[in-house]
Amino acid sequence: MKVKLKVKRSNPETGDSSYSKYEIETENSVTLLDALIQVREYEDGTLALRCSCRSAICGSCSMRVDGRARLACRAKVIALTRDNPEHEIVVEPMGNMPVIKDLVNDMESFWSKMRQVDPYIKPEGPTPEAEFRVPNEAMIDLTHVMNCIMCGACVSDCTVLEVDKNFIAPAALAKAYRATADPRDDHEHDRLEKLSEYGGIWDCTRCNMCVEVCPKGVAPMNRIMQLREMALEAGIKGNAGARHTGIFTKSIEDGGRLNEIWMVPGSVGMFNVPRMMKEMPGALKMLRAGKLPIGQVIPPGFPGSHKMHGMDRVRNVVRKSASLKPVKAEVKAHDA
Amino acid sequence: MTLKYAFWPGCVSKGAAPELYLATKRVAQELDLELHELDQATCTGAGVLQEQNPEMGDALNARTFALAQQMGMPLMNICSTCQGIESMVQDKLTKRPEYLAKVNAILADEGLHYTPGLEIKNFLWVLVEDIGLDKIKSLVKRPLTGLRVGPFYGCYILRPSSILGKEEHPDRDHYLEMVIEAVGATVVDYEGSKKCCGFPILTVNRENSLKQAGNHIHEAQDLGADALVSPCPLCHLNLDAQQPAAKEVTKHEIDLPILHLPQMIGLALGVPPNEMRLDHHVVSTKKLLAKLPEMAVR
Repeated sequence: MKVKLKVKRSNPETGDSSYSKYEIETENSVTLLDALIQVREYEDGTLALRCSCRSAICGSCSMRVDGRARLACRAKVIALTRDNPEHEIVVEPMGNMPVIKDLVNDMESFWSKMRQVDPYIKPEGPTPEAEFRVPNEAMIDLTHVMNCIMCGACVSDCTVLEVDKNFIAPAALAKAYRATADPRDDHEHDRLEKLSEYGGIWDCTRCNMCVEVCPKGVAPMNRIMQLREMALEAGIKGNAGARHTGIFTKSIEDGGRLNEIWMVPGSVGMFNVPRMMKEMPGALKMLRAGKLPIGQVIPPGFPGSHKMHGMDRVRNVVRKSASLKPVKAEVKAHDA
Repeated sequence: MTLKYAFWPGCVSKGAAPELYLATKRVAQELDLELHELDQATCTGAGVLQEQNPEMGDALNARTFALAQQMGMPLMNICSTCQGIESMVQDKLTKRPEYLAKVNAILADEGLHYTPGLEIKNFLWVLVEDIGLDKIKSLVKRPLTGLRVGPFYGCYILRPSSILGKEEHPDRDHYLEMVIEAVGATVVDYEGSKKCCGFPILTVNRENSLKQAGNHIHEAQDLGADALVSPCPLCHLNLDAQQPAAKEVTKHEIDLPILHLPQMIGLALGVPPNEMRLDHHVVSTKKLLAKLPEMAVR
């Protein structure tokens, strides 16, 4: 089949970037990586790309394909051109990380964030004679995150990282979950405290982009959500993210629906005057436009707060839903 | 033929975005949709409740599904976030029958029961799949010719694609563009259309949140957009209500009206703008309406 490629080229010496177009004949069965290697071997030896295993294990060949990060070795050209055989496949380096040359990114920020979360299991107490034994059921929940091949796809397309380089970002946060939730680790509380700081778990917008682009089913955002749940359970609530979840939940328990007025003061803190001042102009504009729901002016939990019809039945469901919580047995690693 | 739906308006259309509620009800008349409001249903949890208590979210959403099933109608929402959470819970309950049985045991107190299989559709999906673009085109009284509109989807109606019916409806990620074209407007193709508006972290990291909103608005405006249109009122809050703040944070010269999807449809169907509260946005829509001379706010 004929394959049309439009590849972003970046020259590290001049800082210039442009697109090169290639048209090659290949077998129907080839992957995008095969096609790119064919270009490099037979059409243009100056094209730089990174690859190794060619079977979605090493995580070296992440790049943006038609705008989304993925492994080139896992993308079949026939699938990429299914809707339109004339489609020109656009290939670019990953986002959110500097480019060394063409399709090769500098992954230093990726690795430094991995180091930042201390991605090792750290047991306390005496070292076992033989090995740590953990029951299988304690590890099932960790299997998806153990599949991470550090390809960087989630980091490339993270929408928060685009505006804030300080964000620890999905890959390292998923790795943090891996260490924090492991029954052999004894630093859960310290880890969760650190992860609850600026740049950590509460800065994720829950946009699901990392879940979408991850080629190995790690679903980093879901791991970040599990870390949030763990942090709340551990009582680490002195931050806007935890307070936001708290006031949101309270609002539903109290009135069945969201009390929008109290979300901001409930999250940033009622007496956080400088922060509340920042919100005032916006609040006034909304008031002028008739967009402030003044019926919700009494905070959730206070007498007279806004409630939907049939709240007694909702309360019943809220109360009984506690029975749906999975029973978490205290699983600790033990000496074999 | 009249299409009937159990209608879940969501919290925001009943709170900070009343214009969305009005526009939906008004446009439903034009489109011959019969909306039966689920006034006993609760918030979906928006993913926030789920951070603390996913099980409570499951039970409350299952209750909403059961209420819709009791009415014998598919469920229609007008919020990308509601759609995403409802699809997520639906997926979980379908895959875990034992868990569903426990949930149903709770609902039984009210005589409710949820059986997997309820159709749950955002208004955008209803437009394309149930009403059809041809029908919409035939109803257009005022083609929005010459108007340049950027789509803004909202994350949860797009991702994760594995739970959003993309196998059966592979074009769902292109519906907004298709609808914009169906009403005669021109699509502005920009990178931000499928990214995050930043709203979920507005109270947690204001700078980041506003940069996200501001950057997308700026990009679309730079490409000549007259407006953005969104099926998500949470995106609308960050893109419209927070736009002045986003301008201040990003230093971008932005001034771009943001339409709720039903408002755009309504404009094309000849509904007077004031009946959809287009004069109740934070970013003025006057400039936009001036481009449609006959339709200026009366």
